[in-house]
Amino acid sequence: MLNVRLFSRFVSGSVRLALRGNRAYWAWIAGLVALIVSGVAAYGSQVTTGLAVTAMRDQVSWGFYIGNFTFLVGVAAAAVVLVIPAYVYHWKPIREIVIYGELLAVSAIVMCQLFVLIDIGRPDRLWHLFPPFGRLNFPSSLLAWDVIVLNLYFVVNLIVVTHILYRAFCGRPYVKALVVPLVLMSIPMAIGIHTVTAFLFNGLAARPYWNSSILAPQFLASAFCSGPAILLIVLQLLRRFTRFEIQQEAISKIAELMAYAMFLNLFLHGVEAFKEYYSATEHLLYTRYWFSGLGEHRTLVPFAWAAVSLNLVAFALFIMPATRRYWLTLNIGCFATYAGCYIEKGMGLIIPGLTPDTLGEIYEYFPTITEIRVAAGVFALGFLVFTLMLKIAVPISLGEFGDVDHPPPVFRPA
Amino acid sequence: MGDHVNLSRGVSRRQFGSCAAAAAAGWVLTACGPRQLHEMPKERLRSALRDLEQKYAATYGTNVAVSDAPPLPGVEFAYALDLSRCIGCRRCVYACAEENNLSRDPQVHWIRVLSMDKEKGVDFEHADPYYEPEEVPQEGHFYVPVACQHCRNPPCTKTCPTGATWTEPDGIVVIDYDWCIGCRCCMASCPYGARHFNWSEPSIPKGELNPKTHYLGNRPRIKGVVEKCTFCIQRTREGRYPACVEVCPVGARKFGNLLDPESEIRYIIEHKRVLVLKEELKTMPKFFYFYAT
Repeated sequence: MLNVRLFSRFVSGSVRLALRGNRAYWAWIAGLVALIVSGVAAYGSQVTTGLAVTAMRDQVSWGFYIGNFTFLVGVAAAAVVLVIPAYVYHWKPIREIVIYGELLAVSAIVMCQLFVLIDIGRPDRLWHLFPPFGRLNFPSSLLAWDVIVLNLYFVVNLIVVTHILYRAFCGRPYVKALVVPLVLMSIPMAIGIHTVTAFLFNGLAARPYWNSSILAPQFLASAFCSGPAILLIVLQLLRRFTRFEIQQEAISKIAELMAYAMFLNLFLHGVEAFKEYYSATEHLLYTRYWFSGLGEHRTLVPFAWAAVSLNLVAFALFIMPATRRYWLTLNIGCFATYAGCYIEKGMGLIIPGLTPDTLGEIYEYFPTITEIRVAAGVFALGFLVFTLMLKIAVPISLGEFGDVDHPPPVFRPA
Repeated sequence: MGDHVNLSRGVSRRQFGSCAAAAAAGWVLTACGPRQLHEMPKERLRSALRDLEQKYAATYGTNVAVSDAPPLPGVEFAYALDLSRCIGCRRCVYACAEENNLSRDPQVHWIRVLSMDKEKGVDFEHADPYYEPEEVPQEGHFYVPVACQHCRNPPCTKTCPTGATWTEPDGIVVIDYDWCIGCRCCMASCPYGARHFNWSEPSIPKGELNPKTHYLGNRPRIKGVVEKCTFCIQRTREGRYPACVEVCPVGARKFGNLLDPESEIRYIIEHKRVLVLKEELKTMPKFFYFYAT
């Protein structure tokens, strides 16, 4: 049962931990807060003026926000890459770092929800989605499905991480009967959230660029690259700045998994490109707009080739054992993966899907400064949440932060 | 004092019980009760619309009527457009804007007239919505006006997450502007570019408001919600033609009741070669195109 005294000690201790840090920590926090403030100001102008402050128009009615949302659903789903071997195969070296994957998933879902919130025209009516007062057009609307699975996934991960961390703080083992079923559930759910998000686009026959069954598998493949890329960088930072130990074996194992995922991602893109270019129907227009532009409309072309090159570089670096073990090439690979997948989803998924529009008009969309500021604010808020959670989770896992009456804990099952 | 304590305790307990019951009942009623205007009982809808009328009157300085005219029994509307007659003058576009209180700034148009090359036929890839020659029709061109196709199988109502858009019994696809959250799923799913979003506060100069409105049609909109053609629901449910049909100088636009075997629309469908846009998507539009000559 929840012990109030113990819980209040946990809360006050957590606050103390969050307020303690060196200069680099405070510089990071200050940077994030500055981005959040700028984002809130930009969002304020969006709320007063309307979405006209973005570059979105009737022709391209979704843009940068929905692109970021899609990318982050992938990041959230990717926590399973770590969960699967840890819980299913009892692969020890990864097991200890699973909790950080789940914390990342929780922060990513927070960002996803914010990206949907900032994209809708009437955020004051968000409650219309939530029964009993609202009305969810379930099961016919895929957005309704997405609302459900994203919130469930969020709750499941939040329960798992808070339970494990709090029990560890109390010096007690976590309740296996609670954690294991939830973790096992979160694996298909992670696949589910990204599949449903892909279906959101996939199901629209009006948009041939999305109306291809390869979309969901391709989403998953790229998610299993970008999510672990962030984690690998975070884990190395933790190793550098805290007493946190992580075996090199685990890091290069994750990099190896990423190489396979990246191969699949590139393969699926190639397969889709073959179909489009060889059959060369009117559906080719959208792929051509992405890779080579249509006439003088070439805004996205540099992004397309940047994404392809970055993904190829990442694949090459991670498939070779020597380069995925050497720290410099490992990190170049991580950044290349992250950037490649980010461009591919942020710019290459939504915009070419809507350009040209259904009546053939080409409106060249490129995000405005306001859009970029709002999006940066959302990312900053997500990273702030992630940072604060790490600030509490790491000392608990190291046994530095725990209840004084109990021996230093470790994460272990009952 | 003791009595008082006892009394107050007794009363408060009872009060608490009945308050809780009332709150629960209220909650259940609110939760299960009507959420959207069209679900309200007639009386409540009327009073809600009276409030809207007062609000619009205050904003636009004129008397505004917001009708709740229901669908007529035995009526299913359909539209037909004669491509061989249309000259691309865009009178329909502007008549629609005036009739339906479309925002003038930013400019919103429910009808989009596409100029197409006769050589290429109906081909959206080479369509030009921004044609501006000295005179229409232009040599070698023909014109395809596109607005909401009022599909029998509408992708927009399927994808809407809140049920803010649906098909009325008379076949008109409508939007509840008070329930739409502005997520734009419907716009992504519409194959005809028929849906338009209010990217900023719509504006109509004070004297130009059409005061005869319908709550599912041309009543003034707000920023952040989606709108589209309603077959002029405020006119057609009273037995009048849509504004675009009336204004068309060449009689290219036909409108009527599909269920009436004597109607002009039935005659066209039965005697002319009609086509629908993007037939392969199986949206089954109730907006037909035909060549009369």
